[in-house]
Amino acid sequence: MESEPISSPSAFQHLMQAPEDPIIGVTTAFSKDPSPVKLNVGVGAYRCEEGKPYVPQVVREAELRLLNDLSRNKEYLPITGNPQFTGLSAKLIFGEDSPALNQKRVCTVQCLSGTGSIRVGAEFLAKHYAHKTVYIPIPTWGNHPTIFTVAGLEVKSYTYYDSNTRGLDYEGLLRDLNAAPSGVVVLLHACAHNPTGVDPTADQWKGIQKLIRGKNMLPFFDCAYQGFASGNLIKDAFSVRLFAGDGGECFVAQSYAKNMGLYGERVGALSMVCGSESVAKRVESQVKLIIRPLYSTPPIHGAAVAATVLGDRELFNEWKADLQGMADRIIHMRQLLHEALKARGTPGDWSHIIKQIGMFSFTGLTKEQVAFITDKFHIYITFDGRVSMAGLSVKTVPYLAEAIHIAVTTVLE
Amino acid sequence: MESNSSAASRRLQTLNTHLRPASSSPSTASSSSSVLSFLPTAAQQNSAFQHLQQAPDDPILGVTIAYNKDQSPVKLNLGVGAYRTEEGKPYVLRVVREAEERLISDRSRNKEYLPITGIPTFNKLSAKLILGEDSPAIRERRVCTAQCLSGTGSLRVGAEFLAKHYSQKTIYIPTPTWGNHTKVFSLGGLQVKNYRYYDPRTRGLDFEGMLQDLRSAPSGVVVLLHACAHNPTGVDPTPGQWEGIRQVIRSKNMLPFFDSAYQGFASGSLDVDAHAVRLFVTDGGECLVAQSFAKNMGLYGERVGALSLVCSSESVATRADSQLKLVIRPMYSNPPIHGASIVATVLGDRNLYQEWTVELKAMADRIIRMRHLLYEALRARGTPGNWEHIIKQIGMFTFTGLSKEQVNFMTREYHVYMTSDGRISMAGLSSKTVPHLADAIHAAVTKKAGQ
Repeated sequence: MESEPISSPSAFQHLMQAPEDPIIGVTTAFSKDPSPVKLNVGVGAYRCEEGKPYVPQVVREAELRLLNDLSRNKEYLPITGNPQFTGLSAKLIFGEDSPALNQKRVCTVQCLSGTGSIRVGAEFLAKHYAHKTVYIPIPTWGNHPTIFTVAGLEVKSYTYYDSNTRGLDYEGLLRDLNAAPSGVVVLLHACAHNPTGVDPTADQWKGIQKLIRGKNMLPFFDCAYQGFASGNLIKDAFSVRLFAGDGGECFVAQSYAKNMGLYGERVGALSMVCGSESVAKRVESQVKLIIRPLYSTPPIHGAAVAATVLGDRELFNEWKADLQGMADRIIHMRQLLHEALKARGTPGDWSHIIKQIGMFSFTGLTKEQVAFITDKFHIYITFDGRVSMAGLSVKTVPYLAEAIHIAVTTVLE
Repeated sequence: MESNSSAASRRLQTLNTHLRPASSSPSTASSSSSVLSFLPTAAQQNSAFQHLQQAPDDPILGVTIAYNKDQSPVKLNLGVGAYRTEEGKPYVLRVVREAEERLISDRSRNKEYLPITGIPTFNKLSAKLILGEDSPAIRERRVCTAQCLSGTGSLRVGAEFLAKHYSQKTIYIPTPTWGNHTKVFSLGGLQVKNYRYYDPRTRGLDFEGMLQDLRSAPSGVVVLLHACAHNPTGVDPTPGQWEGIRQVIRSKNMLPFFDSAYQGFASGSLDVDAHAVRLFVTDGGECLVAQSFAKNMGLYGERVGALSLVCSSESVATRADSQLKLVIRPMYSNPPIHGASIVATVLGDRNLYQEWTVELKAMADRIIRMRHLLYEALRARGTPGNWEHIIKQIGMFTFTGLSKEQVNFMTREYHVYMTSDGRISMAGLSSKTVPHLADAIHAAVTKKAGQ
């Protein structure tokens, strides 16, 4: 029988065109825009003063060393990843002197950046944790609810951002977590909350800790900006170390996308701080069962770069300085934007721009104002009014300030 | 201490008492801080994961762990399927080193996020590689391809996509198959069933059994097919048999899902090894293809692969592409740059591509040579049994037909490591080590009762 071309309908005829990811959609729209003055402050990727992507010098140096080391090969990593990388990663977030580390209560696995670390952690919890619900802050990174839901957890929220003060609604946060059932998982942004840039103070963190521990909840930290928020690696690890140091359990998802500029190489780690060494060992054996059917073993390159930097004293110090430089430039942009708006007499209180921390500013602009700014000024912002300060420069701040000023004065809320 | 922590404090004291060695006196309970440290906001000292069992080691990866622990100077690792040179060393392809050097020296390159579905040129070149330059499906823009994490990642993304969007959430997989397949599909959300494949009597394909099982399966189910060099058996259908399989699958409106991990590695020819996939694509029907560059480009740990959906129309392919992104985004957002850039560099450069095909053929030829050496060595020793399957089977592995007991014997007495199903990686052999393996097999077969 000759094989004739088949003309049966598609098994996927019914598929809808899925909407584009809102954050990525901003960059897509930006790329299509022919305007010479266009400005992308949408996706959170660091830009230098010239507006270009930035690869830290230590990364280039590390890559050269790896390339020239002919003893290296491409053999599969263990399921849990590069052991040098995971060891150094845990030290970085928990501190060299962390009791949890010294007591061997921490299981750390290399994952695909922040997203991958959260996904593996969420699947682990859905499989093994008694309470299959996670509480996430309002607002939070757009991908969070999806990751947890697909992994099998129920997603609920707790109050976080106060749009009136453009700061933390601390009372609301405590109220909501208090009203939540005991034992649930609680997602916490370790520092530089995304998208608001609003972080609890040290005292507020202690209050949150007391509540969470009192209700036997399980904290799950998303740590994507260590060193990037304040410029100081230790300072930015405060909240994680507070919880990891109190003897209780927690999960920590680390990303090296921003702080090492490794974005697309997908470098991250999931640490599970357990009640005992024995539990940590069993946890490690069980998390492998989650990773193996997901992608078997993690990619070599990015983690090797990170391990090289973290493990070499000179490179590590150079990195710290670079990190401080990036954080400082962002803080400088905040100050410039704030001054520019004050100088124009733009109505409203814009002090949140300098109070908020990290890469983003939650401007408080409405959806209509954002659309107006994009339309008239070719400035690309996510619809929630989140501006990536890392995407600004001394030259472009005035342009953004002008656009905000006109939007706020002409587009009624 | 604060009054509201006194209850916790009492519980802690009680726990502390139970944890103390029997000989110490009760009066030291409150001061034995070496056992437990009390912090006002600490959680209960029992773990939320206390109930967890120690999970067993992955059977395939566990072989290497056991091998590493072995101190014997004659130990031989024929477990995991990674290519080894004649010297028994891992092999990084020359074209890979060349490509890496170009990439890393190119200071215009950066680390920005890739699109969710990966590097567009990598995707196009990967699709061309497996489907053929002149593939009608590509010409008609009916193929959507996403860069994924090697074979496993491509299979998992495909499985989740099917579980979400395909009407029949069942996949039929061959018996036996790669150990990870079942988990990948079931965790991806599909029900897993089996069809007959390997015939232990002939150590070949149970073609009739396979067709029977497919014919009696429900219409429309997904069918996993190893594109070439079936893992673990090394037994592939002939072109004539592939046509028979195709007819049954198409007549029952089933959806083929190819696992292509050895293109170019099986026969040494990229086109020959793509025959089965291209047969199905040429008939105009739909299919999924998971490609891995782990073996054929030696990129193992860089996790380079691609998932292609061959759809019946461009419109479906476009929509499928948008839906694939929704599966990938909550999994890892976007794929890693480095490995796929290497592949794109090699596939996209005429000289590097040529050089690659030569290196690939050399690897495949070395494996075939090992097959012949082992076969001859067993014949020379007069080892009982028919060992022709060693030279008939294709690809990296040989399904020896040895029993679990025989395998254990070989590990214990000869320090030869393989998976318990009797699968050996020919790629792990050299002309120097073949005699040792032949001795081990001979001893196992003659000293222990056969299977």
